[in-house]
Amino acid sequence: MTELSPLDADGVAAAVADALAAFEAAADLDELKEARLAHTGDKAPLTLANRLIGGLEPADKAAAGKAMGGARAAMGRALAARTAELEAERDARVLVEEAVDVTLPSSRALVGARHPIETMQERMCDLFVSMGWEVAEGPEMEAEWFNFDALNFDPDHPAREMQDTFFIDPPSSGLLMRTHTSPVQVRAALERRDSLEEGRGIYVVCPGKTFRTDELDATHTPVFHQIEGLAIDKGLTMAHLKGTLDHFARALFGPEAVTRLRPAFFPFTEPSAEMDLRCFVCGGDDASCRTCRGTGWIEWGGCGMTHPNVLRAAGIDPEKYTAFAFGMGIERTLMFRHNVTDMRDMVEGDVRFSQQFGMEI
Amino acid sequence: MPKIPLSWLAESVELVPGATPVDIATSLAKVGLEEEGIHGSGVEGPLVVGRVLTLVKEEQSNGKTINYCRVDVGSHNDPEGPGHKPDNKESYPASRGIVCGAHNFVEGDYVVVVLPGATLPGPFPISGRKTYGHWSDGMICSARELGLGEDHSGIIVLTELGFSADALEPGQDAIALLGLDEKTLEINVTPDRGYSFSIRGVAREYAHATGASFTDPAALEVTGAAGDGFPVLIEDQNPVRGNVGCDRFAARILRGFDPSAAVPGWMRQRLEAAGMRSISLAVDVTNYVMLELGQPLHAYDLAKVTAPLVVRRARPAESIVTLDGATRVLHGEDLLVCDSTDGHGERPVGLGGVMGGLDTEVSETTTDILLEAAHWDPITIARTARRHKLGSEASRRYERGVDTALPPIALERALRLMQEHGGGVIEDVYTDVDHVPSVEPIEMDDDFPARIVGVPYTAEQVVESLTQVGCSVAVDGDVLVVTRPTWRPDLEGPINLVEEVARLQGYDALPSVLPVAPPGRGYTHSQIVRKSVARSLAEAGLTQVLTYPWISEARLDECLLPADDVRRDVIRLANPISAEQPLLRTAIFETLVDAVKVNLGRGAQDVAVYETGRAYLGRLVGAIPATYSGTSITPDDVLALNEAIPGQVRRVAGVMAGNRVLSGWDGHATPWRWTDALAMVEKVERACGVVLEISSEVGERQSSAPFHPGRVAVYRLEGEIVGAAGELHPKVCENLGLPARTVAFELLLDPLIDESEGVLVTASPVSGQVLAKEDFAFVVPASVAAGDLVSAVIEAGDGLVEDARVFDVYTGSQIGDGMKSLAVNVKMRDADHTLTADEVLSVREAIIAAASERFGAVLR
Repeated sequence: MTELSPLDADGVAAAVADALAAFEAAADLDELKEARLAHTGDKAPLTLANRLIGGLEPADKAAAGKAMGGARAAMGRALAARTAELEAERDARVLVEEAVDVTLPSSRALVGARHPIETMQERMCDLFVSMGWEVAEGPEMEAEWFNFDALNFDPDHPAREMQDTFFIDPPSSGLLMRTHTSPVQVRAALERRDSLEEGRGIYVVCPGKTFRTDELDATHTPVFHQIEGLAIDKGLTMAHLKGTLDHFARALFGPEAVTRLRPAFFPFTEPSAEMDLRCFVCGGDDASCRTCRGTGWIEWGGCGMTHPNVLRAAGIDPEKYTAFAFGMGIERTLMFRHNVTDMRDMVEGDVRFSQQFGMEI
Repeated sequence: MPKIPLSWLAESVELVPGATPVDIATSLAKVGLEEEGIHGSGVEGPLVVGRVLTLVKEEQSNGKTINYCRVDVGSHNDPEGPGHKPDNKESYPASRGIVCGAHNFVEGDYVVVVLPGATLPGPFPISGRKTYGHWSDGMICSARELGLGEDHSGIIVLTELGFSADALEPGQDAIALLGLDEKTLEINVTPDRGYSFSIRGVAREYAHATGASFTDPAALEVTGAAGDGFPVLIEDQNPVRGNVGCDRFAARILRGFDPSAAVPGWMRQRLEAAGMRSISLAVDVTNYVMLELGQPLHAYDLAKVTAPLVVRRARPAESIVTLDGATRVLHGEDLLVCDSTDGHGERPVGLGGVMGGLDTEVSETTTDILLEAAHWDPITIARTARRHKLGSEASRRYERGVDTALPPIALERALRLMQEHGGGVIEDVYTDVDHVPSVEPIEMDDDFPARIVGVPYTAEQVVESLTQVGCSVAVDGDVLVVTRPTWRPDLEGPINLVEEVARLQGYDALPSVLPVAPPGRGYTHSQIVRKSVARSLAEAGLTQVLTYPWISEARLDECLLPADDVRRDVIRLANPISAEQPLLRTAIFETLVDAVKVNLGRGAQDVAVYETGRAYLGRLVGAIPATYSGTSITPDDVLALNEAIPGQVRRVAGVMAGNRVLSGWDGHATPWRWTDALAMVEKVERACGVVLEISSEVGERQSSAPFHPGRVAVYRLEGEIVGAAGELHPKVCENLGLPARTVAFELLLDPLIDESEGVLVTASPVSGQVLAKEDFAFVVPASVAAGDLVSAVIEAGDGLVEDARVFDVYTGSQIGDGMKSLAVNVKMRDADHTLTADEVLSVREAIIAAASERFGAVLR
């Protein structure tokens, strides 16, 4: 092979063209590296030609230097461009090769859940707290006085037997498992009655566990949950009760929810009412509907204007203040809202039941 | 609850034309009578009158004799010929062939025939079938098969039921004839509405609901005169809660009654539709009038009672045999009707207002009847009925309140019915001991209902509604003076009148107004923290469940609780659902394990559950007053009551069995370990904002059960034990059927939450200086708690140690028996400069010195 002269313009141009062609032809970074060594390395024709510049006539040195510089710059640009191209290709290929199956199970740890009775209770309380109400609580094992006497249940009145009560042994202990959350209403009123004098009405909800001697079946459970509301203020009427219930029903069941009140009896309210919801299944249009038995309505809870005797028991003057109260079963609400068809699913402790609901309801 | 045959209801109120039973139920619901069910006979036709043409007795190989009958069923007959099926060799007149096993009838009798295609109560569909060598086209029916009572001794012979043969026609529809087309509405009567335990009361309510015209069945003229009838004395020496046990006692005599007189078919049908059994004319009439008017009646055989009748309280150890044949040993509060056969008022002949006595009841030979209609004190009746577990039709009415004006009217109505159907002469003069106090009027502002209900009722509307329910109303300016009707003892004060106005004017009229509460204080600290606890455990992989809080005695043994453990201070239910589980849980764990077992039983292998709730622990401090005198309660009373209620502190507990991490394509399974139980407690601590002291020291009367004594962490807050966590005792796992190495924790929540109530975090600035790390390996005696060593390390750093953590534990031959090596990683940092090498070295030396001094630690 003859040496390339730095003054051989055609030769230099051909060597540069060779180099550019080789860079372009390199299929990957390894081939590009080979091409780079071949055309810009120590033994490359242009490198060798460059070394010859020192031996040239001074008059030729400038022209040769310029030609060599131009050649190096051209190869450098081409090399950089090709390198960038091939690196981008390589990176793209690596990302493809590293792809995984994202549908494989990602978590192997056991997954937990809240019980929907609890989360439903929290959702109900959230609504009332957002309206300025407070959440009151009390003991589950309760004094008979709070559960019955203070609520205007005469000791000999058959109303006392409407609620099948678990009594604590011996019966003379005067203790029972509360049959409703209403004793908390009395406790809350007793605790807060001073605020009435300061012009602040009492607005509380009382959620919690309640007990009655029913056998467990699809629609009954001896341990269940209630939420009750109590509002004591000047000038409260049954219309305020209805307004509160309408708001509550729409918050839980959607803007289309329709409520109805119908006369009933509870010792602690007068006038008293049962509160019905328009049947979710048939909307009142199917006489053979099994959910509402063709009546178009489903019973949700009881309510009424708090009996003056109950206010008196809590040391509140019924001449000055009026009050309303309402209460509903949380299990029942869950059944309506989430189509739970068997009460036993809520109480048996099968984790699959809670897990359908996750962390919120 | 009362069952109202609608045809009977229609006699006292005009039902809306075309109203279905559902419509009637809906109307009644509007005024507060809730439907419990609509019942029909369950019989669907064809059910017809048949006349037995021929009856051939055929003995069978099984020893039975059956009758092959040809029955004339009029338009339902097969034509003359071989009958329904061709294998009959004989030719019969127009009729149907039926096989019948009963023998109480003969050729020519009128019977009730159910034909193929019909349905009897059950439901029991009827079809033709081959039996005993014949084709049988249906059945000749007994009373029981039609749901008309319990009689199944033979089939119904219609003439024996009181029907005249002249009025019967083969093929005639027997459904209407027997009243089987009656629909009965069962309603729920609330305890304040005693008067709705009658056709009269329900009819009145239907009129209120619909505006229909009401005819009071009690509006009848009482013939004769009150005076010296059968002598009756009320001698109540022991009134209950100040009420004399009987304030009205009327009695009247019917002589010459025919005890064999038949009960008219319509009366029997209505009684049965209402759920009562037909017994005899005299007894059926008393029940009929009770159902119609609401006044219980009792008929004595006049020949068996000796005047005077005396109403008095029972004496100690006295007893009576009641109508149902039971001997009742009486209590001093029980009220008796006695006669004077054995001396003045000595012999009990009835448990007043609850049930009559057996000795003096009317029988099939009674011709002279003494009929009683009285008014009894609701409280006495309620107590007696409860005491003797004897809820009768009478007691149910009296304890809810019966119209005090009814006794002479009900006697009149009943005796006329007995006379009409059984003959006899009603005595002109009757007894009426009447001590009913006059009704006190109630004063009410005429705008009071509007103020309570929120509907602007006019005074006229208020007066109209009250008048409609039977009150008499006098208007005195803005004040209404209201006298309640005698049948509404529940109308005690103005607030009760408000309800009457509201329900008669209709609850539909209520506007919907959302009240604005004053600004509230939001959730309490406890409520916020409890939600956080529940949530963090769920996020850690545990599923929340709710278990019933009752346990068996055996459960405490299964949990290996020693005899002196505080958890043996158990509270018992007086009336548990199951006699096997009479105790309230003393720890959540005791019932939470049942949820674990449910899941294991359903095929789960890895189960982690938790429960937040209460356990009921402590000894009863003794009887607490059930009732306070007066209507108000003082703060001291509340305090006393609360102190008498045993502890029921809120808790949280969890049980974890199987694997925490499942095996999978990218790794192996990791079982739940004791450390996970402790980690759950740490989550609870964080949620509560407290740090508990941890050790393996158990407390007095607080054993390590149900945990493995060597693998349990006992937690204390200010020296008091608040919980434990770790691995369960192997024996407990065995006893409870749990997998080996199941882990658990249980903590009291309330004390933890109270501890952090009102405690505010004081923030420290976060240093941005460079971190220095140093590792140590200390050899210490095995008894040294890692936590104590770490505390000492942090303390020795004098504020420069940011964190210290044990990252390895080694025991073995290299360090000798009874020793262990704890490897500790320590992070150091200063607030304002990067620590120099000298400074790090001096902290390191201080740590080593402290470990050596406190625990004899040697650097490995």
